[in-house]
Amino acid sequence: MTFQETVLRLKQYWSDRGCIIQEPYDVEVGAGTMAPETFLRVLGPEPYSVAYVQPSRRPADGRYGDNPNRLYKHQQLQVILKPAPADVIDQYLGSLEAIGIDLKKHDIKFEEDNWEAPTLGAWGIGWQVMLDGMEISQFTYFQQCGGFELDLVPAELTYGLERIVAFLQNVDSVYDIEWTRGVEYRRVRLLEEYQFSKYNFELADVGMLWQLFDLHEKECQRLLKIPDAVLPAYDQVLKCSHVFNLLDSRAAISVTERVGVIGRVRKLALGVATAWMKRNEAAA
Amino acid sequence: MSLPFLLEIGTEEIPDWMIVPALNNLQDMFQALLDQHALGGQVTSVDATPRRLVLRAEGLLDRQADVEELVLGPPTSVGAGAAAGFAKKMGTTPDQLGTQSTAKGEYFSFAKRTQGQPTGTMLARELPNLILKIQWPKTMYWNGKGTERFIRPIRWLVALLGEAVVPFAIAGVSSGNATVGHRILGQPSIPVTIQNFEDQLRANGVILSADERREKIEAGISVRFKPDPDLLHTLTYITEFPTPILGSFDASYLDLPQEVLVTVMRHHQKYLSVEDADGKLAPHFIAVVNTNADPDGLVRHGNERVLRARFNDARFFWDQDQKKALGARLEDLKTVTFQAKLGSYYDKTMRIVRLVSDLWRDKHARRAALLCKCDLTTDMVKEFTDLQGIVGGLYGEVQGEPEEVCRAIYHHYQPISMDSPIPPGASSRRLALADKWDTLVQCFEVGMAPTGSKDPFGLRRAAQGVVRIIVEGRMTFTFPGMRQELSEFLRDRVEYYFRDVRGFAYDEVRACMAAGWNDLLDLEARLKRVKAIRTTPDFEPIAASFKRIKNILKQAQSSESTFESQLLEPGPELDLYNAIRSTKDQPLESRIGSLRPKVDLFFDNVLVNAPDPNIRRNRLALLQNLLTEFSDVADFSEIVTERQS
Repeated sequence: MTFQETVLRLKQYWSDRGCIIQEPYDVEVGAGTMAPETFLRVLGPEPYSVAYVQPSRRPADGRYGDNPNRLYKHQQLQVILKPAPADVIDQYLGSLEAIGIDLKKHDIKFEEDNWEAPTLGAWGIGWQVMLDGMEISQFTYFQQCGGFELDLVPAELTYGLERIVAFLQNVDSVYDIEWTRGVEYRRVRLLEEYQFSKYNFELADVGMLWQLFDLHEKECQRLLKIPDAVLPAYDQVLKCSHVFNLLDSRAAISVTERVGVIGRVRKLALGVATAWMKRNEAAA
Repeated sequence: MSLPFLLEIGTEEIPDWMIVPALNNLQDMFQALLDQHALGGQVTSVDATPRRLVLRAEGLLDRQADVEELVLGPPTSVGAGAAAGFAKKMGTTPDQLGTQSTAKGEYFSFAKRTQGQPTGTMLARELPNLILKIQWPKTMYWNGKGTERFIRPIRWLVALLGEAVVPFAIAGVSSGNATVGHRILGQPSIPVTIQNFEDQLRANGVILSADERREKIEAGISVRFKPDPDLLHTLTYITEFPTPILGSFDASYLDLPQEVLVTVMRHHQKYLSVEDADGKLAPHFIAVVNTNADPDGLVRHGNERVLRARFNDARFFWDQDQKKALGARLEDLKTVTFQAKLGSYYDKTMRIVRLVSDLWRDKHARRAALLCKCDLTTDMVKEFTDLQGIVGGLYGEVQGEPEEVCRAIYHHYQPISMDSPIPPGASSRRLALADKWDTLVQCFEVGMAPTGSKDPFGLRRAAQGVVRIIVEGRMTFTFPGMRQELSEFLRDRVEYYFRDVRGFAYDEVRACMAAGWNDLLDLEARLKRVKAIRTTPDFEPIAASFKRIKNILKQAQSSESTFESQLLEPGPELDLYNAIRSTKDQPLESRIGSLRPKVDLFFDNVLVNAPDPNIRRNRLALLQNLLTEFSDVADFSEIVTERQS
């Protein structure tokens, strides 16, 4: 099964189970959790189930395309089931069968791995799902997000698509994955990995990044004072977060600065969550 | 009638390390429930897999015994009206009342009979609370804000008393008689009885007994493997039906240090390492899978593939890391946080270097101090954090640092537990000590003392390490002045070490520590002496006398120690004084024998509280002197004696 077939089947599977199939959020994020479809939608009492592939950018993880398993940008399928149904694990296992994994011939384990994102004021309880000794998913019951205890507990399922497909296709390097018939992952993405590794580690203008960080922060703070501007304000948080990651990969943040900068992003994120909750209450 | 009982709490996968304590907690609470409500019966077993906690008990009564209790009403003298009121209150008629004579007169009485509750009813009422009270390190909710909390979602409940279901519900899940099999090998709903429960589970891919699962793992391994009880325990509790499979890796990876290979296998993949006949690492591993077989070899192939990728990473990291020597990484430590309030690892490094230089003339320890944290910036340690220190030591070797320096870096995080060895060699110990001492002093400086079970910086471990390195490493290190909180914290660890680890009696430890504990080797020597003389016949009586002296001085509120020898009365008092003086130069061991009869005679014949205030003050001063005679060894009044006086 090719990379894109796998993605299509997973989307179909979750679509059949009532999920909204969304497209990726088009602002840089470090993980699918940060897309507003998760960060904001898990807040409040409204049920919401959604699935989307989110390209996740982690500048410091880039390896110039040299490393067979490490990527600056990887594709992550993100599923949110809010509230989590009682058979959520069975549904998850069913999704593996749907992409051709015969569970009777493999070893599946759920190993403790609680998730925490201090910048988002978020944490949850869960596992890493191991298939024949390889971590293929993170499975998390969210408990808190944006500093708020959640009204309904969502299950978040994330699939590391490159890993899973490399496993299914039995190749040792993600670059050897067959994206679609006759086209390898290498051809689609290698150049991007190389150029962005170079940018993230060597070229990004540190002075400009600091300026950008300040600008996005100010814009966010301004928007937070205006009613009905929560979503634009959150975009500014995401931009701050990405700029922070870039500064980090440029090794431009000292120890003392680091704590402060993380605190600034966190403050914005919590501010957005609070505004979102207020808007929800007003609407209800 | 006597009934068996079965409880199964079905959940999603519980972290392996939490299971055994939770089972013990469940057992204790359930036994207490039976006892408290007089339901009879004994818990006979508790078992668990990652997805179920199971408790079985036998000999439960089918109902509590009835209880009859005599209730006294109003005095008979008040008449029929009051009797009718009392009868009504008791739910009976006046003709059912009796009378009872007491010292205060005659009263109406009623033999009130409380019917015992059926055991099933009692259990149905109590079990939901009991289950939710099981203690876990961290709990979650899953049904929405404000709902029940447990370690993981509860998905099914089996509760049987004899043949009957004990009916209750938790978080929307009702108890019943149906269990759930292995996720892949079993059926999702299996009706069971108490008798066939374990067999039905087995038929559905679940081995309930952890011992049996462990035996199955061990029996399935036919090669020699590195013994690892902790890992075996983990593997036993992350599987319901464990099967060991043997995998291989390319022998060329054996060029990488064994520490790296074993860490990758053990910590990241939970594999047992395989050894050849000479005990050397062989290019194989054992994975324990949670299923019955690997017919097509897919599981083995998958695990080999993952391990290959991990080993490739390790090799890549190793090669990458060599491009920058340890010493060249020192500057990079400025961007690695030690602790927000305490700055970077660069700052910490400079403090350790200073400490080592101030304390010892040891160029190897000093060099090692400078380099010991540099491996934190290597890719290898970023990926395999457990290898901190070890990687630094290995890189130092490759980069031509002196052997002592490498050894010191390699071992400077040790000892990491009570059972693990202290670092080998003087330089290693000095560095390990300085690093831990710095952590302790700095953390206490900014108010990060451990509270309760929370000890994120491992300060207890650090303090324990300090104590062990000094004592077992025979180090001359005297604790400098320190903050009150740290002093109390460290004092506890010293006490714990000598008492619980070294087996000295708690009162010996207290007595000797009262005489000072800044020099732990000196403390240890004194402890040994006190322990040895404790068995001599004169010791207990003199310790008792010391306690008596302490009480007398306390009562008199006296700490006067200067006295005039001409005021001493000839006889026992003067004799005691002379004995103290003449034995001054003798060791404690022989002095006790000569002083003891004098002390006894003194107390038998001399009145300390003499009518003449001058004599009285003089005698108290004499006793004060006697009390401090041995105070450089121990405070003997702390010793618990049979003859408490």
